[in-house]
This record gives sequence, structure tokens and C-alpha cells, in this order.
Amino acid sequence: MTERDETQVTSTSTGAIALSDGTIFLGRGCGAVGSVVGELCFNTAMTGYQEILTDPSYAGQLILFTFPHIGNVGANTQDLEFSSPPAERGARAAIFRDPITPPSSWRAEDHFDAWLTRQGIIGLSGVDTRALTRRIRTEGMPKAAIAHAPDGKIDLDALVAAAAAFEGLENADLAAGVTAPGQYGHDEQLWTISGGFAALGKETYHVVVVDFGVKKNILRNLSQVGARATVVGPDVTLEMLMALKPDGVVLSNGPGDPAATYKRAGSLIEGLVESGLPILGICLGHQLLALSLGATTMKMPQGHHGANHPVQDLATGKVEIVSMNHGFTVDPASLPAGVEESHRSLFDGTNSGLKVAGKPIISVQHHPEASPGPQDSFYLFRRFADLMDGGGRT
Amino acid sequence: MPKRTDIQSILVIGAGPIVIGQACEFDYSGVQAIKALKEEGYRVILVNSNPATIMTDPGLADATYIEPITVDFVSRIIAKERPDALLPTMGGQTALNCALDLERAGVLENYKVELIGARAEAINKAEDRELFRKAMDKIGLENPKAEIISSPEIKNEAGKVIGYDRIAGLSRAMDALDHVGLPAIIRPAFTLGGTGGGVAYNVEEYRDIVESGLAASPVAQVLVDESLLGWKEYEMEVVRDTADNAIIICSIENIDPMGVHTGDSITVAPALTLTDREYQVMRSASIAVLREIGVETGGSNVQFAVNPKDGRLVVIEMNPRVSRSSALASKATGFPIARIAAKLAVGYTLDELENDITGGAIPASFEPTLDYVVTKIPRFAFEKFKGAEPLLTTAMKSVGEAMAIGRNFQESLQKALCSLETGLTGLDEIHFEDQGALMRELSKQTPDRLRVVAQALRDGVSVEEVHRITSIDLWFLRQIAELMEVEAGIVRDGLPGDRAGLTALKARGFSDARLAKLTGTSEEAVRAARHALNVRPVYKRIDTCAAEFEAATPYLYSTYEMPAFRQPAHLASDRPGCEAGISDRTKAIILGGGPNRIGQGIEFDYCCCHAAFAMDEIGVESIMVNCNPETVSTDYDTSDRLYFEPLTKEHVLEIVAREQMAGELAGVIVQFGGQTPLKLASTLQAENIPILGTSPASIDLAEDREQFAKLIDRLGLQQAPSATARSLEEAHEGATRLGYPVMVRPSYVLGGQAMEIARTPDDLDDFAAKALKVSGDQSLFIDRYLEDAVEVDVDALCDGQNVHVAGIMEHIEEAGVHSGDSACALPPYTLSAATQVRLAEQAAALAKALNVRGLINIQFALKGEEIYVLEANPRASRTVPFVAKAVGAPIAGIAAKLMAGKPLTEFDMSKATPRRTAVKEAVFPFGRFANVDPVLGPEMRSTGEVMGWDDNFGTAFLKSQIAAGVSLPRGGKVFVSVKDADKAPIVAPVKTLVEMGFSIVATRGTAAFLETQGVPVTPVNKVIEGQPHIVDAMINGEIQLVFNTTQGVQSLNDSKSIRRTALVRSIPYFTTLAASVASVQAIDSLRTRELEVQALQSA
Repeated sequence: MTERDETQVTSTSTGAIALSDGTIFLGRGCGAVGSVVGELCFNTAMTGYQEILTDPSYAGQLILFTFPHIGNVGANTQDLEFSSPPAERGARAAIFRDPITPPSSWRAEDHFDAWLTRQGIIGLSGVDTRALTRRIRTEGMPKAAIAHAPDGKIDLDALVAAAAAFEGLENADLAAGVTAPGQYGHDEQLWTISGGFAALGKETYHVVVVDFGVKKNILRNLSQVGARATVVGPDVTLEMLMALKPDGVVLSNGPGDPAATYKRAGSLIEGLVESGLPILGICLGHQLLALSLGATTMKMPQGHHGANHPVQDLATGKVEIVSMNHGFTVDPASLPAGVEESHRSLFDGTNSGLKVAGKPIISVQHHPEASPGPQDSFYLFRRFADLMDGGGRT
Repeated sequence: MPKRTDIQSILVIGAGPIVIGQACEFDYSGVQAIKALKEEGYRVILVNSNPATIMTDPGLADATYIEPITVDFVSRIIAKERPDALLPTMGGQTALNCALDLERAGVLENYKVELIGARAEAINKAEDRELFRKAMDKIGLENPKAEIISSPEIKNEAGKVIGYDRIAGLSRAMDALDHVGLPAIIRPAFTLGGTGGGVAYNVEEYRDIVESGLAASPVAQVLVDESLLGWKEYEMEVVRDTADNAIIICSIENIDPMGVHTGDSITVAPALTLTDREYQVMRSASIAVLREIGVETGGSNVQFAVNPKDGRLVVIEMNPRVSRSSALASKATGFPIARIAAKLAVGYTLDELENDITGGAIPASFEPTLDYVVTKIPRFAFEKFKGAEPLLTTAMKSVGEAMAIGRNFQESLQKALCSLETGLTGLDEIHFEDQGALMRELSKQTPDRLRVVAQALRDGVSVEEVHRITSIDLWFLRQIAELMEVEAGIVRDGLPGDRAGLTALKARGFSDARLAKLTGTSEEAVRAARHALNVRPVYKRIDTCAAEFEAATPYLYSTYEMPAFRQPAHLASDRPGCEAGISDRTKAIILGGGPNRIGQGIEFDYCCCHAAFAMDEIGVESIMVNCNPETVSTDYDTSDRLYFEPLTKEHVLEIVAREQMAGELAGVIVQFGGQTPLKLASTLQAENIPILGTSPASIDLAEDREQFAKLIDRLGLQQAPSATARSLEEAHEGATRLGYPVMVRPSYVLGGQAMEIARTPDDLDDFAAKALKVSGDQSLFIDRYLEDAVEVDVDALCDGQNVHVAGIMEHIEEAGVHSGDSACALPPYTLSAATQVRLAEQAAALAKALNVRGLINIQFALKGEEIYVLEANPRASRTVPFVAKAVGAPIAGIAAKLMAGKPLTEFDMSKATPRRTAVKEAVFPFGRFANVDPVLGPEMRSTGEVMGWDDNFGTAFLKSQIAAGVSLPRGGKVFVSVKDADKAPIVAPVKTLVEMGFSIVATRGTAAFLETQGVPVTPVNKVIEGQPHIVDAMINGEIQLVFNTTQGVQSLNDSKSIRRTALVRSIPYFTTLAASVASVQAIDSLRTRELEVQALQSA
């Protein structure tokens, strides 16, 4: 880094993002101070920034928000998606077009900037986010590094070097870092304007959720269809799990490369498939299930991150608008006999769901729990409940 | 499901004339729908009475009927065309109501016409206040606490409903007051833009508004809502298909809280102050509403109110059709709602359709996502309606709107303010005498409220205090407060001297003009400083997907970004981050008309669209610049490239500079968009930017009275004697020399703003002061007023050498009534062939003398055999689309090609002649402005026009009246009160009426005269003569037709209550002699002729 660069940076900027190819954008730092590396992805949702930043599936990633105003409604303690303390650190950094504003919402408890700081998330604003998004579209998700230094002293060359040195997400078993050991229960239902989160009344089902970084709203949706959830870490054994006498099992969402996590969790999932228990796979859980069925997964160039994605239920032809967040995908060409695609992305034709002949298994790549995003896919939880009732087997 | 093959032909109903609440957005929707249906191979039949629309161009639908949109006429069209289906959702409330009426009358069943897009039950359920409430209850959605007031039905012996007892309705409403409480919001059922509704704060207001609401509702029903004043207001644009796939196209948040009609509200898209949880509750609720109401296919909008204190969500209403909001949502997102809705109506599902904006990379079944902020600000015309208070309520009053796109709220807001063309450079200062005056103004909902808010914040009133008074969300107020702080910094420190600093200011949307004002320098100086620092805009694309997919359509807006600090060499660009994608073709830039206003509306947008089509036809790339979201010109497929930008010096010059970076700019077209682009001509010329067509010098010459008078002399033509005045003294000297009455007008105005007839020196004092204020260069013109002259409009094409007179239009109202407000006939209905030849010769001489390349419009006045030239405008005029329809030739397109250098001889104009008589009638918004005198004068006040088309003048005039909503009587009592000069000429038509069986009532003077002429007449008191008087008779329903002409201010004031009463009671009234005479011809046609319909294509 030259002297000239340093002067220029300190006079105008308190934050910067560097890509591994040497690209640098300067801006204003916000949130936590420091620097961090990760994979840069963009998210096109216009609402739900707090949910996105607390979604454990974003572990190892830096999130660029395509919508310019982020933080308008401040921060609260209800819209958090991590379910256990280790999962609190999901996304590592956030990039905005415009500076964070003071909050305006009856639900706000804090300024979003203050919340970012407490959460340890580094923020950067004042960047041409659209130009960066178009880069990601044409060149894929880059390795990147972000720095926030209130005194403006940022070593840009070191930042580029850090970005280039980032190991990437392929072969990374990131789920291990965002799950809690042991087990805990959950019986909170979905949010309503007038009542907040109600507690589950009558328990109809007991579901064990295998946690790879589970979003809290998955647990709430289960509760909404009458299921009490017991969350267990992925190191649980099949015997321990069966001992909980579940009516069904949910394989949760989570971060990282499914192939890497499968090395650790594969045998458990194979056992579950064998057991004949009803299974619902979501996101990473979907990919792990696919691997256990003999399919393969692969890295996507830009991934799917947004709340406006159309997915078609191939059985009914109906389109649901869903929340998506994944950088790996199941290769539909690799599906073995007896495993069929149930859902497909209408954006690019990638796989978005599987069903297994003769087994009570449903599995989707997208996020039926929403939060953030549309609630169109809630029916999947009902479908899962039907499976637990012994109906709807395919 | 693929498209339906069991239907082959589809009838589309348009929205009729432009009125407040229903403007050119329905031309935009209709054009998209017709194109979409034609693409699928259906035969499309269109009915619309508005000739100024692109949709009624004969090339669009297969059969185009410019006929009144009434059950009677549409039934005739159905009988003739036998369509298989009727699409009622593209023509606003007009089309929806007409379709329901056709259904109720049994016409649809009779001819086996299927309603597609929305079934009758769904329309009913959405529009009927009581059914809607029940539906919302059923799906667990909250409505405001409310009382539905229905007037009892009045039935005839056969049990058919023949009317409603509105007096009983009013008393029911008074009883309901205990339940709902005050303040209360009154919403009439089945009306447009909240007509007749309002907010009542006390019992007296409550009684008045309920009464007008019951009168405005065709079913005499109003909803009295719990007042949700201060709540936040949102709209969701939803599209649903037959497979029950539903998507949200756009959320819209009103900056104005509940209490201001959404059409009058400043709105942003997307919603900015909702958490995702709240947003998703609203999203799911919107879709549930469509399902429950039964909107199976197409677009609808659902309106919500949200309590800012606890998030309580209440459904206000829904529209089961495309709307003004859906047009805004389409422009805000790039998603063509009307086009998609039309395809869904014929059986497709969303996943089978492509999203054009991304070149079909993704299907239409997704939800657009934005990476920018859109702000819409309405434009008002209160100054045109003397006596109307400029206050905003739940009844819509705006006449147009501007939309702006920015990468943040501040940028989009400030761009929108510049786009309004009301002289604002941003949040300009307003001076108040003291803090008290400011605070009083702050509590009022006026067109300028946001500037008042800004001024309060500038003056140090706290954000919290402004919030307490205005209920505007704190988020928006803080954004404005921040702008005020930044402004204070600029005033204190001057402009930043570095690129990053200036870019940051520009990124907040500060215009060069605003920065100049704040730093006490000129816009040119700011521009020069900005260019010196290389601070230039980049153009980003509206792509429905926040750049996730590549945009195939260049729909652009400007913003300012800091480029990458460092970037690999292969990514370098001459303007990093810019997506304009300029080509190296030969190109023409068309400057549009900006927000609609009275005097500059759809007619000019029509011309701009044709300019774009014409450029395409001759292989020139068309580039459109406009900021009006309602228009066809801002549809993404009208031009090759669309810049959705303010029509200001700064923004236009930057676009030109960007486009000139590649290819050849043949020129800019400034003559088609009305005054807006013309005002930019001198700037463009000063920058050596080529202008296509007639030179600005010629345009200036025609506008400059003194130069123009010399030209008239040179050509041996004549003008009314006139004088130019630069002061009040000069005005008096001039008027005395010319002799009263005189016409006073400022230079450089459109729509007759501040144009008045002065009959006395006192009048002159009043008018001249006003006119001197309006006229920028402080000069005004005084003409001798040619009383009772016939006015004629001539539109002609010229290539500099040859002239083609496209149309000669004879006005029905005499000279002195603004040409835009006057009805007119093409061909002329009283002028001799010889006179017409003389008019054509004079027009040709003027066109050649002004070296016109393109269009010229000339207004003449005829007094006896004398022809006076009133004015010449070497540019597109308001009458161009009407002439094009009447003569069956694409006048605007030909003009654009002439401008690009084609000779007139290349076009075969031999068939461009009127085949039948076309009558244009103006439509007025008087009903929306309480206490305004609905009399015609030299200042234009109409919002729209209709065309009547038939074999003879009487029938064409009759159709124009029906289309304008005037229902002429077949019999009954006629009230006649005319000024002395009209007494003799009114005798013959009155006698004709008597022969038809009408009886005549007249004020004493008129009665005495008519009696001497042998007309049987009953005298009646003038209002000032005491009760029972004429207004009593009108209120009692005894009068079916009014002829009322006046002379002098006194007589005008005395008779105002007659015109107001006629207006409110829908009694046909005519305030000029010529129109009264024409109405008698029309009544004769009504009584004696079978009315027929004919398609444009079959003439």
C-alpha cells in the first residue's frame, strides 16, 4: 500500500471492502470495529435484515444488502433467528448502500448500529452495492475482506491479501460451529401483531430437530402445527435420538458445504432414513438428506439469497414465493431411482425439493419457515404433520 | 394452463375522458392489455370515448369505437360485434361500473358475453361496502369500526328499483353518529377517487359530507368509518392467476398519514417503515383478500391502515382492477401489471409467462425486488379554481403526478420535487411571518405540506414536535431534518472542493439549482464546479430483480456513486457503475411533458409516443425522457431507451452528454411535450445541442407578440388590435386605446393561465396585477376582445416548403372561451367552403413564413367575413390526437418524420380527410371543488376530452355530450336566462324546443322578450328577487335543461348559484349561446334518430 492511498483513505473513509482480485471500495464503517474475511454474497430481500444477519446459515459469509436502506426499523429482541448461543455469530459482516438511520418502529428496542456492534458484526456503508452485485452475478461469489477503523487507518494491501488468503466455503463444515451441545425443548408459536409469540397449548406431536444451525422460526412453525420440538446437536447418535421417541425428525438448515458436514452427520441421517420415521429436511438438512440418498451436491456460482424466489411444487403445479439462502445445490441429475424432485426453482431450474418413494420424507431447499420472507410454504409443516399422522406417504 | 381457445374476440372498455382520479394511467394499462391480447391472436374490440389516447389509435385494436361508455352504446357495440368476452378491469371505475350495469341489464347474458378478469360477483363484493365488510370478517381481517348507511330503495309497481330515498339515508346517518363518533371519514360506494367523501370533524360537516356522499354514490350508500387519522397508510399491489398463484408486485407507503386520499398523498415504494414480520402479515392478508373477494385473475390493490403505536392492521378497501397505483407500481418496479393481467384473464398462469424486463430469463411468477427508492408527488391545480380551498382530504383533487427514482429516499424525494415543475429546486424555503403562522400552516394538509415541514425543521422545530402535529412517520421526518442540516452546512461552508464530498451531496439528491441557491451562485457555476471534479451521474437500470439477473430493457434513472477505489484493469470503464448501455446508432431524444396538469396532459404524451414510434420506423434510435408514471411514453417498450428523470436543465443536459459519448445525436425533439420541453430549448441551443424540427427561433418569434405582429403585417393578415404592457399604467393606456372589453394575457403560458377578459378599468387593475406576476418577463398582452366571434383551430403539417392542412376545427363556444375548454367540430359545421379555403391559405402562409418543420397550430377568430389570427404555435398542440382520429391519419408520427428531415411529399395525405363529423367536448372537474363557479372563460380548466363521431353535427354533438356525462332531456322544462345580445338569436332554438313539447321558464327580462316573439313562457324569480326562485325550482327537480349566458361581473355573480345547482344536480346547462343552439340540434337527434355505433376502421 502506498503512502498516497493511506492519506486518501484516512481523510474520507472509515471502512473498506477488498476482493481477492484486488478490487477495493471505500466507505463508512459502522457496527463492530475490526476486520473479517469471508465469502461475499448478496441478499435481495427488502425487509428482515435482523433475521438475515442472525440466520446461522450465513456463517462464514459477508452479506451485501441490495436494498439501500437497511436499519430503518431498528433492532429488537424478537426478530433473531439463532436458536442457541454458539449460533449467535452468523454473518460476519454487512454491506449497505446507505448509512444506518435511527429506528422508527413501535417494535424497535435499539438502534441497528448499536445492535450490530453488540452482535460483533462489522458494517460498511456508502458502497455502490449494485455495481458489486453485478460483479457477483457475472463472476460468482468472491472471497472478500471488510475492515472498519474509526480512525480511517486501514491497510488496504493487507486487506486484499487477507481476502485472497481466505480458504473459501468449499469443504468447510461450518455447521459444527453454530450448534449447541446437548438438547433443549421449544414450544413457542408464530408471531402475531396483537399477541407476540404464544405458547403451544395442546401438544399433538413430538419432533426432534437435528440442529445444524437451526433457525428459530422452524421451531415456531412446528409448534404452530402442534409439535413440541426437542433440539439435539448433530453429534447425537441414532440410539439417543430414537430414545426420545419422536413422531418425526427435522433436519435443519445450516451453513457451509453439505459434503463436509455429511462426513460427520451422514451415518445418523442414513439411519433415520432407514428408521421409517417421518422426516422434513430444510436447506442444509435437505442437502444432507440428498447425500444420504445417494445424490451429490455442488457449489453454485452466485447462490440464492432473497425473499422473492418462485418455487414450483411439481405435484400441484402451484408456485410459492419463498425465502432462499443457499450457495450449494443438489444435482438433480444425480438422483438415484426412487428419489424424485418435488420442487424446483423457477429462477434457474435448480432443485428445490425431494420426495422418496415409499418413505414419509419431504425435503426442501428453500425456507418454509420464512422469517424473513413470504409465508406461502407454511403448508409444508402441515404436510409434515400429516406424515406424522401416518397419512400422505408417497 | 395455456390460453383459452374457446374465446376468439374480446371487448375492452376504456376509462373515457381524463378526470381527476382517472387519468392517462388507464391508457397505459389499456395499451398494454390490447397489445397482450393481440399477441395471443384474439380479435380485440375497444370502446373509449377519449380520442387523446394511444389505445384508440386505429392500428391497435381490431375494431375501435370512439363512442360514449354507457350501457346503451356498449350494448349496441356488443350487438354489432358479438364479442365472446368482456375485459372490464383495464378502464378504471368507469369500465367496471359499465360492465356491472351491462350484467344487471342482462345484456351480457343475452349476447353470451363472458366477463373475464373479474366476475360480476367479485366486483360487487369488492365495491359494495357491506359485502366487503362481511368478507373481511369471514377471513378474520379487521375493518375500521364503521357504519354502512344505505338509503332505502324506491321501487315502481313492477318492483324494479327506480331510485333511492336519500333523505331517509341522511337521517339514518345522523342516527349512526352515536356509534362511530367524530371525527369520521365518509366514503361513498361505487365512486371514483373518493368523490363526495371527506373527513368530518363536527356535526355540521358530517351532515354536509354525508349528503354529498349519498348524492355521489350511484346506489346512495356511504360508509362512515371510525377516523383513523394519524394512522399509517399502505397499499399492496397483488396479481393472482387461475391456479391461485399470487404475487405482490409492490408495496407502497404513504408519507401522508390516513386522511389524505392516496392519490393526493406523497408516497414511496417500497414500504420503508415495516419490520418483516409486519410486512408478511400484510402480504398474506392482501392475498387472503383477493381469494375471499374472488379475484381469480389479474391485478388488484389492497389498502391498509396501520396504527403506529401497536401495529394494529386494518383493511381499508380493495380495487379488483388495475388502478393508478398499479400503474405506479409497474413503473416503480418494471413489472408490467396490465400486460400480465390481460394474459392471465385469457387463461395463462403466472409461471407460463415471461418477465420481459429480464428478457425472459425468469418467469412472471416472482416478486419484484428493488434496489432503489421511488417517490411519487401529486400535482395540484387549486389556483385554477377560484374559491376552492387548497386543502387535501379523502376526496382526490390532484390533476397529475411526478415520480422520481433515487438510490435512497432523500435523492428520490428531491428529484421528485424538481420533477413537479412548480419551480422547486428541492425543499425550497417558505417564508412565514412568525412561528405562529408556520405552526398553523403545519397543522393543515396543503399541497405544500412537505415544504412546510422542512421549513419548520429548518427553523428549529423538533422532529418530535413536527411528528406530533403532522403524524408523519419519524423516519421520513428525520430524513428531511438531515437534509436541512446538510443544507445549513452548505450555506455555512460552501460547496465541498473534493470529489467524494460533492458526490455525497449529489447522492442525497441536491440539484445543481438547489446548491446554487444555497451558495448564492448560479446553476451554471455549480455545474462547472461539479464537472471540474468529474462528479457525473451514473445511470442504473430498473430491472425488477436488484441486479440478480441481467436487464434486457434499458429503463434508466440517474444517481451518484463513488467508483471503486481500485479495480483490476479489465473492469475499467469510462463511467464506472453506469448501465446506460448507450449505442453508436443515430439517435433522437424526445423530451416528454412531465406531470399532467390542466392544459398539458395526455395529448402531449400521445404526441411524444408517436415521435418514438416514428423514429423507430425510420431507423433512428428513440430515447425518451419523462417523469410521469401514468403515461404510455414511460412504458419500457415505447422507446429504445427510457430515462425516468426530471425534465430539468441539469438532468436533460447530463442525459444528452451521456448519449453523445457514442453514436450520433440527430437532435432533441422539444416540440411534442408541451411547454415543459420548450422551456429547455434555449438551454439546449446555448450548449450547441441539435434540435430537430422547427427552430426555437421560430417558436420564439411566434411567442413574441411584437415580432409576430410584424410578421402578420408582412403576410397581409390581420390580428385583433392589441397592445403590450410592462406596467399597470401601460396596461390602462393600451386598454383605453383599444376600447373595452379587452383580453389580458401574460406571455409564455399554456392553458390560458391568468388570462382574463376585462370589461372595465377595475377589472383590468385586478387581472393585470395577477398577469404581471405570472409572466416571467413581466410583460403582458392586451387584445381587443372579439365578442361573439367564432373561434377556429387549424392544425397543419409543414416541411419548410410544403404545407398540409390536417384539420380545421370550428369551436362551438365563442372566442374568449379557452380553446382547450371549448367544444369543437371537425369539419366545421357553419363555415362556408370559401372561408375554409381562406383559413387554409392563411395557415399555410404562416407555416411557411415560420419555416415550420413538423406541426403548427393556429387559432383564428372569425367575425363576419373578417379573419383574425389569434395565435400561432409551431409545435404539437392539444388537438393533434383529435385531428388524427377525425381524419384517420397519424399526424403526430408524420410530423416527427418531417422533423427528422423527411419531405412531406413522401406521405400520401389524399385520404386524410374527415369522413364524418367529429365533435370534441371538454370535461371539467368542477364537481370536486366546492363553491367554484362552473362557468367557462379564457383560463383553461378542463381536465380531459371526449369525442362524438357521427354522420351529422347534431348527432356527433349529442354523442359528445353523452360521453361527457351530460344527459340531455327528451322533454320537460327548460330554463332560459340570456344576456341582451343573445336574446334575439335564442328565439329560434327555443321555438324548436317548444315544438318538441318542452315548456319554457325564464327570468323576467328574457321572458318578456320571448313573449314578444310569440314563445309561451312562464316567468320565474332570479335568486336575488326572492323565493320561490329558479334555484328552488331546480332543487325540486322541475328543470331539465338550463341556458344561461351572462354579461358583466354582477350578472355572472348573481347567476352562480344556478350553475352550481345544475352542476351538483346533474342538470344539463349551457353557458354560451352557441352551445345552447347546438344542444337543441342534439336533442332533435336524440328524439328523432336511432343512434348507431361505428368503428374507426370501417369508416
